[in-house]
Amino acid sequence: MKNIKQIITELAKIESLPIILVYLVLMGVFIITAPKVFTSYRIYMSFLQTVPPLLILALGLTLIITAGEMDLSFSAIIAFSGFIFCFIFRTFGTPWLAFILALLSGALVGYINGLLVAKVGVPSIMATLAAQFFWNGLTILLSRGLSWNIKEIRPYFIHTLFVGRIGGIVPAQSLWGVGVAVFLWFILNRHTFGEHILFIGDNVDVARVMGVNVIATKIKLFVFMGVISAFAAILLTLEMINFWTTQGAGLLLPTIAAVFIGGTSIAGGYGTVIGSFFGAYIVGSLEAGVVASGIGGYWTRLVTGLVMGSSVALNIILHKEKGKGLGEKLKESVFLKGLYEIKNK
Amino acid sequence: MPEKRQFKNAVIMNNIEKYFGNVAALNGVNFEVGVNEVVGLIGDNGAGKSTLIKIITGVFPPTKGELYIRDKKILLKDYNVKQAYKLGIEAVYQDKSLGEKQDLWRNFFIGRQMTNRLGFIRVREEKEMAKKIMFDIIGFRGAGITAESKANKLSGGERQGIAIGRAMYFDADLIVLDEPTSALSLKEVHKVLDFVRKIKDSGRACVYISHILSDVYEISDKFVVLDRGKVVSTIKKTEVTLQKLNEFLLKYAHEK
Repeated sequence: MKNIKQIITELAKIESLPIILVYLVLMGVFIITAPKVFTSYRIYMSFLQTVPPLLILALGLTLIITAGEMDLSFSAIIAFSGFIFCFIFRTFGTPWLAFILALLSGALVGYINGLLVAKVGVPSIMATLAAQFFWNGLTILLSRGLSWNIKEIRPYFIHTLFVGRIGGIVPAQSLWGVGVAVFLWFILNRHTFGEHILFIGDNVDVARVMGVNVIATKIKLFVFMGVISAFAAILLTLEMINFWTTQGAGLLLPTIAAVFIGGTSIAGGYGTVIGSFFGAYIVGSLEAGVVASGIGGYWTRLVTGLVMGSSVALNIILHKEKGKGLGEKLKESVFLKGLYEIKNK
Repeated sequence: MPEKRQFKNAVIMNNIEKYFGNVAALNGVNFEVGVNEVVGLIGDNGAGKSTLIKIITGVFPPTKGELYIRDKKILLKDYNVKQAYKLGIEAVYQDKSLGEKQDLWRNFFIGRQMTNRLGFIRVREEKEMAKKIMFDIIGFRGAGITAESKANKLSGGERQGIAIGRAMYFDADLIVLDEPTSALSLKEVHKVLDFVRKIKDSGRACVYISHILSDVYEISDKFVVLDRGKVVSTIKKTEVTLQKLNEFLLKYAHEK
């Protein structure tokens, strides 16, 4: 008996083990319900091709939510930075200049978000919602609502580097996704920047009296998120060889779902990069899995809702802190805080 | 044991004023803490105790007045929490001392991490040092608590012990305790008072704020009474009994 208990406590120390199990169970279910599709390597290659932009956004958003903030503008950065990338490439024919300026455009959006949130004190859910409209609107204005094809970029090295097929099979962007995940895991768990994010999300007063520069850290965080979103935009645009004005619109809710399925705390102060990694792959695999299982595409959203609801409930049950119930956690939640502030204005 | 501290006063405040908008929180305060002195800061709610110590710890600057630390005048516009750390001033707040969901080793070093050149934390060294602080400096005996425990696993008294240990590790000359015992059980209060005695025994100074007068009386060398932003009295412990002090304070409570 005691041994089993010990094993369980040891296992509980592994970051995000529950969500990794959820992912494996889900894949197991799909292998049973759609053996033809899910025993072939092709479906997995297709996940590795389509999920990375969502994954990279979810990884960045993990840091934002850990800090007790929210970002709703990343979907607009997917469009805006994607447009900048295409525009610069088509105008000057230099992909690396396009790459750098696209990243800078993401940084700019993030910097303005950061200023509004940290300096002016606008709740992040509102500041970034406004930003989403603004930058999406600007993108439509600049692109005159048209989509832009950039098939001329195919022969360039940048295309091979980011979205080429390794050995003719594995999409390169999947490795970039893993790279970003490893990098962000170290940033959040081993770097002073990440530790400051954890404490700001946990209790901003503690962070302040312990000498953390809260304003500068939050601005840096939003800039960071902007650059990460722009990188996701570049991967998406390169993979599609195309820019269209609504690209990114469909990524907003799945990205947020991925982070919460992964187990990052809505109350701030705790975030898991590994959880978001698997959360993104769960969200990204559901549609194909549900369709292939033969129960029909109409079920996808319903199943996503079920998986998200049960994952979040599972995480809260597993991580229930001493004397702290769900009610209190919800009271601290960034969404309710945002709504409360909206109500009071 | 305690190394020699080459100054007479840890802090001197001269005619300090602090306004929040038009409201005067402090109005011409003079305040002194000797090199190895425990000062009990007492006064009713809203008397300005918290404002006073936040000026000392660099959380915000005063509107007017002079501040001396280690007998040297401070340039107020450059003074902040980090600067206060450098000058050996540490604070332990009632409920703002520890990040609840964070490991204890993170709580020891937040804001002052041991890092490599790229800003990555030397986790192993921090954990080792956290253990040392817990067991050697504060004699921590919490059952089942290690440097990797989360702060929310600790009792209230233990949390204050961790915060006091952190302050001592960073070699503070002056440790400010803001209501460290409110909301604690009697047994926990005694733990905290023992920690405060360790501060005194190690040659450091301490400013102790509490409205539980018996606690303040037990450990302080000197009492400073604040009322509506002014120091109304400074009394040495040798000059007053607990009962007299109590009566004296009641007089100010009645005036409101």
